[in-house]
Amino acid sequence: MIRLSSVSNLSARHTAGRVWQVVFLGSTVIGILALSALLLNILNSAFGFVALKAKVEPASLALGDVPLEEQSTDELVALLQSRLSSGAFNKLNNEKALADRPHAEVYALVLERIVKYSVDETWSLWESITRSEEIKAYVAQEYPGDKLVFISWLTADFISRPQSSEALSAGIRTAIFGSLWTIGITILFAFPVGVGAAIYLEEYATDNWLNRLIRTNINNLAGVPSIIYGILGLAIFVRLLEKLTSGAVFGLVDATTANGRTILSAGLTLGLLVLPVIIINSQEAIRAVPQLLRKASYGLGATKWQTVWSHVLPNALPGILTGTILAVSRAIGETAPLVVVGASTAISMDPTSPFSKFTTLPIQIFQWTSRPQAEWRHLAAAAIVVLLALLLSLNAAAILLRNRFARKY
Amino acid sequence: MNGSSIEFLGPNAVPDRSGSSLKKRRRWGETIIQSLLFFAGFFSIFTTLGIVYELGKEAWLFFRLPEVDLVAFLTGTKWQPHIDQFGILPLATATLVTTAIAMLIAIPLGLAAAIYLSEYASKKLRNTLKPVLEILAGIPTIVYGYFALTFVTPLLRSIFGKDIVSIYNTGSAGLVMGILILPLIASMSEDALNAVPRVLREAAYGLGATKLEVAVKIVLPAALSGIAAAIILGVSRAIGETMIVAVAAGAGPNFTLNPFKAAETMTGHIVRMSGGDLSYDSIDYNSIFAIGLVLFFITLILNFISQRIVRRFREVYE
Repeated sequence: MIRLSSVSNLSARHTAGRVWQVVFLGSTVIGILALSALLLNILNSAFGFVALKAKVEPASLALGDVPLEEQSTDELVALLQSRLSSGAFNKLNNEKALADRPHAEVYALVLERIVKYSVDETWSLWESITRSEEIKAYVAQEYPGDKLVFISWLTADFISRPQSSEALSAGIRTAIFGSLWTIGITILFAFPVGVGAAIYLEEYATDNWLNRLIRTNINNLAGVPSIIYGILGLAIFVRLLEKLTSGAVFGLVDATTANGRTILSAGLTLGLLVLPVIIINSQEAIRAVPQLLRKASYGLGATKWQTVWSHVLPNALPGILTGTILAVSRAIGETAPLVVVGASTAISMDPTSPFSKFTTLPIQIFQWTSRPQAEWRHLAAAAIVVLLALLLSLNAAAILLRNRFARKY
Repeated sequence: MNGSSIEFLGPNAVPDRSGSSLKKRRRWGETIIQSLLFFAGFFSIFTTLGIVYELGKEAWLFFRLPEVDLVAFLTGTKWQPHIDQFGILPLATATLVTTAIAMLIAIPLGLAAAIYLSEYASKKLRNTLKPVLEILAGIPTIVYGYFALTFVTPLLRSIFGKDIVSIYNTGSAGLVMGILILPLIASMSEDALNAVPRVLREAAYGLGATKLEVAVKIVLPAALSGIAAAIILGVSRAIGETMIVAVAAGAGPNFTLNPFKAAETMTGHIVRMSGGDLSYDSIDYNSIFAIGLVLFFITLILNFISQRIVRRFREVYE
């Protein structure tokens, strides 16, 4: 009797087990699908058809039978000279003699200055592949005279050009340099302080109320929303320490940067933000160094600092660096605190010192995404690809570092 | 050991001098280094003090303004600085809506994924998926914001109709925030489930439990405190999340619980106000500190509870 009832019960229990296993697996798959959709959506926007309207038809610039793209450099220069105002032409010529420039560069100048393409409409990669004929017919009807081209919004030019108000000539060089400068400051500030704090907490601190307070405090700081750090940076670095962060203390006042909204402020703010993460990661790395090494060092008569410097730190270094790289990659992607600290909206000048105005890659993406026109969103997607590639290579470096130097005790 | 080595050194060498110099010589280098390290450790306290002091000071200035009143701030349903209406409720409800939607997505999916990874998946699959989850958790939130605006919002609009769903809406921001927090909850819960001792599972199997029963009735309750901590941390993350709502939820406070309408959250408001050229000591400048203070205390309390729970949970199994 018992056997009978348990058998019937068992099959129901096993069915429930199978059903729920599917539910659990399904949830995992849904999560992964959602995240893949996120990445695919970006790739989808980074390529596609564009309908381009020319201000001056390239066909009208043909020299007799020779179309524009086959003309020689000299002919193109002559064209520039005839079409541009003499002031604009001389300015270009003074930067670098036009006749000496490579053909591709002069040709690009002709397109930029004379033909002046502008975007009428854009399509995503998926649309461009699946509805290519439809789009061609649509463009022929809606925008007669427009050139329909399949482009990648992400090009080498896009990476090397400065920011611009024209979508077709906008680039992210300024933003990349801004990000690099800012992160440089962040590392210079947060790495020594963070590792120092971790050494103190792991090697020196005794278990008293002050050190417990410091530990609790660091854990809490790690959970404070990044925008709060932005507000703190605005109050402390931008406003209170304006003399220092604008460079006035060093006599480096530039009329355009005479307030504290500089790379230095941004870097320090991000430094405060990643400090708890660096401390916590470094603490873990230091804790993983076996006690045996320390005992052996003390046994040979080394002082505490000698032990830390020559035995603990070298062994903990891979872990510390891995943790730091991960923290830095978080800082590179941060947007909110930098908006609050006062990133500039439109600058096309590369930063030259910590006291320059700044924009960074995520800020650029934010601004482009916020614009209503579709072409800026495509540019934002291209910039996201660059940002993600940067972060992915940093993460890969961290993982390699961990695997390469991981020691088993 | 110690005693015998001193005895051994004693009669041979110069006992008093070497002994006392080892003991009493003040190593100034060591002291200086230790002080520097202590300062580095103490530095984080300054950060907290700085946050509390600056937010508190500016918020105090804000509440002392004749136009502002603390009760109206906490209960007012309008945030319109130009007519001196400073009620935080429209911003708070928008934060509430996005956070609630995010958690509705992230808790069930994250938890189910954690159970699958910890109890069902092969070791190889888990070792592949776990780092992938962690890397995905490191994607900048502005990218999620882009996704919300250019993918999820059009999707919602094509499902529910363009009249019902606005171009900017809290629903899309909340959904994507859920996707953002999912890996966090999945990863932390998986750690908690994994920390449950194997013996408990074996005992349950021995009594004839099925795999599902072991997972849900034995392992899940045993890891509940760790999971609760993960969820609370997720909530705190959702409340403080900024870029997704700044991009996708809309600009302009709106007192509504409708997820298809545009509404500005607390964080979104701070970003929009400070995005322009904010002049110091203006009422707008002071107001973002007041909102920041509210935000800081909410997340601080949540993080504190989460850590408390984790600590208790640790004591059980160590």
